[in-house]
Amino acid sequence: MTEELFIQGNEACAEGALRAGCRFFGGYPITPSTEVAEYLARNLPKHGGSFVQMEDEIAAAGSIIGGSWGGSKSMTATSGPGFSLMQENIGYAFITETPIVIVDVQRGSPSTGQPTMAAQGDMMQARWGSHGDYEPIALSPSSVQEYFDFTIRAFNLSEKFRTPVFIMADEIIGHMREKIVIPDKIDITPRVMPDKENFLPFKNSDEVNPMPSFGQGYDIHVTGLTHDERGYPDANNPKTHDILVRRLTNKILDNKDEIISVEKSHCDDADIVLVTYGAPFRSAITAVKDAREEGLKVGYLKINTPWPFPEEEIKEIAKTAEDIIVVEMNLGQMYWEVERVACSQSNTHLIGKIGGELPHPNEILSKIEEIGGK
Amino acid sequence: MRKEIRIAGFGGQGVILAGIILGKAASLFDHNDAVQTQSYGPEARGGASKCEVIISDEEIDYPKVKHPDILVAMSHESALKYMLDLKDNGIFIIDPGRVIESEIEDFVKEHNITLYRAPATETAENEIGLKIVANIVMIGAITKITGVISKEAAIKAIEDSVPHGTEKKNIEAFEAGYNLV
Amino acid sequence: MSDEKSPFLKYLREDRLPHIFCSGCGIGTIMNGFIQGMEDAEMDFDNIAMVSGIGCSSRIPGYMKCDSLHTTHGRAISFATGLKTSNSDLDVVVFTGDGDAAAIGGNHLIHAARRNINLTVICINNNIYGMTGGQISPTSPHKSYGSTAPYGVDEYPFKLAELVTAAGASYAARWTTLKVDDMVRSIRDALKNPGFSFVEIVSQCPTYYGRKNKLKTPVDMASYFKNNTIFTSELPSYTEKELEGKIVVGEFVNKQKGEFVDNIKNLSKSHYGKDPLIYSAYSEDFD
Repeated sequence: MTEELFIQGNEACAEGALRAGCRFFGGYPITPSTEVAEYLARNLPKHGGSFVQMEDEIAAAGSIIGGSWGGSKSMTATSGPGFSLMQENIGYAFITETPIVIVDVQRGSPSTGQPTMAAQGDMMQARWGSHGDYEPIALSPSSVQEYFDFTIRAFNLSEKFRTPVFIMADEIIGHMREKIVIPDKIDITPRVMPDKENFLPFKNSDEVNPMPSFGQGYDIHVTGLTHDERGYPDANNPKTHDILVRRLTNKILDNKDEIISVEKSHCDDADIVLVTYGAPFRSAITAVKDAREEGLKVGYLKINTPWPFPEEEIKEIAKTAEDIIVVEMNLGQMYWEVERVACSQSNTHLIGKIGGELPHPNEILSKIEEIGGK
Repeated sequence: MRKEIRIAGFGGQGVILAGIILGKAASLFDHNDAVQTQSYGPEARGGASKCEVIISDEEIDYPKVKHPDILVAMSHESALKYMLDLKDNGIFIIDPGRVIESEIEDFVKEHNITLYRAPATETAENEIGLKIVANIVMIGAITKITGVISKEAAIKAIEDSVPHGTEKKNIEAFEAGYNLV
Repeated sequence: MSDEKSPFLKYLREDRLPHIFCSGCGIGTIMNGFIQGMEDAEMDFDNIAMVSGIGCSSRIPGYMKCDSLHTTHGRAISFATGLKTSNSDLDVVVFTGDGDAAAIGGNHLIHAARRNINLTVICINNNIYGMTGGQISPTSPHKSYGSTAPYGVDEYPFKLAELVTAAGASYAARWTTLKVDDMVRSIRDALKNPGFSFVEIVSQCPTYYGRKNKLKTPVDMASYFKNNTIFTSELPSYTEKELEGKIVVGEFVNKQKGEFVDNIKNLSKSHYGKDPLIYSAYSEDFD
C-alpha cells in the first residue's frame, strides 16, 4: 500500500533516511536543518536505530563515519556553518571509502549569515570543500517529494560507490510542506560482507570493493593516510598515492552515466534554456510557462545531481540553444560550470539571487524577455 | 485554479497548525495540490507571525504566495502587517474581537475587499470552553466562506492533525466555526 | 639476547614491523602494558576495535591485529562514539596523546566523559608534540621548553585525569611508564569498567621533550619521573606550591553510573521492543 503524507521537507528527508535503512544519526542542531535531527530523535528508537546529539559538527561527521564502520547506514544533517566544520572528516570519508550521507540545508551565507533564509551558496564547497582531489556526489531536491526520493537515492549511491553523498537542499525545500507519496516497495542497496579469503579491503580494482564491518574478524585497518591495498599506511610512496586517488576519483567518473540525473522540458525548439536546481527550479518552471504563453521559445534543464556535473547534458543543450540562463541562489557557482562547458556554443547568463528569497518568476521572465528581444 | 491563503496572528494562536490542516485537507483528502510555508526565526517567536497555503487543482510550481486571495487575521498587529499585498477584490476574514476594524476600513474599501467577521476566539472560549481551539474554529469559518477545501476533507485533516484524544473537541470547534458565518 | 619471540607478538600485525617509534620511547612499554592488562581482564581480543587520532600514540592501533580506525587529528573519540553506539557489542579502545586528546580533541574528550559512554581511552601523555617535532602541548609543564616555546612555556598545563573526572568519567587513573604494574592493573580495570574509562600514562619522549629540557636520555627522563611522582594518597601532606611540577599518580575515580549506550538500548527496548539493530547496513528489509 502506498502511503501519502503532508509533511515538511526536512521531515520527508528524515523519513526517506529511515526507509533507506539509516539506523545511525549523529548530529548537531543548526537552523534550518534541525527538523531532520528532531524527526530522527523521535523515530530512530522506534526502528532499532540510534540517535546521538554530538558536541559539534566535527564530532557529528566523525560519529557517522564510526557508525558506518560499525555496520549501520549513517547520516547527519547540517547547514553552512556546520558543513564548513565537517570538511576535514568529509575528506577522511572519501579516502577511506566510507558510505555516509550528509544533508546540507543551505542558508544565507557566508558565516552565520541568514539562518532562516534560503541560499545555494555551498555548492562549490560541496565540490571542493575538503582538501585534495576527490569526486563528490551531490543531489539537489526541488520538492518535498524529491527530498524524500533523493535521500533514498543518496543512501543507495553511497553504498554502491562506497563514498560520501551530499544532499544539497535549501531552507525553502527544507521548511515547506507538500504531499509525498511513499511507494509500497522501496529499492535499497544493502552492503555485502566480503569474502574473507585473500581479502584486500582496498584492492586496486575497477569494481567498488565490498565493505566489511568492524567486529566480523576482518582485522581491517582504516586510515586517512595514503594506504596500500591492505589498508596499511604507505604515505611516502608516490605510486601508492597515485593509484589510490585515481581509483577513488575514477570509481565516480567512470559511472557518471549511472549517477547523473537531469530533467529537460521544451528544450528541442528552445532559443533560451534555463538551467536550475533545487528550489529556484520552482520559479523557473513558472517563468518557462509564462514565456511560452508569450510565444517565446524557452525550455529548462533541471539538474538533480549537481555533482558529478552533467557536462554532456549541458553540451547537448548548448548545441541548439542560443542562450542559457543559470538561475541559482548565489552570485554564480554552478554558473561557472555551465559557462565552462557551454561557452563556445551558447551565450551564458546568470540570475544570481541572494538575500534569502526565491527568485520571483517575473524576475526570470524579464531576463528572458530582455534576451529574447521582447 | 490557484488560491493563495495567508493566515496571520500572534505566536501561540496556532496559525501554523491551521495552515497545515488546510494544506493536508486540500492535498490528502480533496486530492488537490497544496504547499504550506511559514515564517521562521525571530518573527515566529511572538509578535506577528504568518502561515501561507497555496491550493490548486494543478501542480503548484512557484511555492510562495505572490498576492494572497484570502487573508485571515487573528490579531490586529498581524492584520496591519500582512494585509497590504492582499489582492484587489480579495477576501479578508478577521476575528472581530482581536482586530480594530476602524483601522482596516479604508484599505478594505479602497481595494474592494470582501470583509468577513468570524469571532473565533470568543466562540472557542464561550461555546467550546477552550480558548486554544480558536484556530480550529477559524478553519470552520474559512471552509464555509471560501470553499477552498471541502468540509469532509477539513474534518479528516483535523482528526489527523490534533493530539490523540482531543479529536471530538476539535471537531466541535470546527462545526462552531462553520456555523458562524 | 634471546631468540624467543614475545608471547604478545600474536596480537601484532607482524607484516607492519618494524614500527616507527624512536628508541627510548615509552610507547613500547605501554603497548606491552595494554596487552597484559587486556589478558588480565580476560578480554576477547577479536572483539576489540581500536580507534585513534593523529600523533605518535595514535599509530599504535595500526600495529595491532584487530579492527582499527586511524582517524583525523583530535577526533578519535567522536568516531569511537559512533562506532560504539552503532555496534554496542564491540569493546572500543581509543589510543590518544596529550595534543590529540586535550588540545584539538579536548571538547570530544570532556563530552564523552560527560556521557559516560563505554569507551576505554588510553592517553599517552608525553607533554609534547612528537610527530611534528617537539612543539609544546596543553600538558607541557610551566616553564618547560619546546620548539614553539623557545623561551619556556608561560601557560599552565591541564591535569587530564582530574579533568575527565570532573567531566563525569566513571574511571580515571594516572601512572607513569615506570609504574608498570599499576598501569597494567588500571588498564585491566578500565577495560572492565562499563562506562567511560580514562587511563593517562605519563610517558617519556627523550627525542623531543628530553632533548629540549635537559633530560636527554631515557634514563634521565625515568629518573625525573621517579623523583617527582607522588601518590594521590599523599596529596594532603603537600601544599599547592609543593605540587608544582609533580606527577600525581593513582586512581581519581572508580564508580558505577548509568552508561550512554545502555540508555540507548533501554530506549530501543521501550520503543522497538528489543535491542538496537546491529549490522543493519547488510539487511534489505527493515521494520
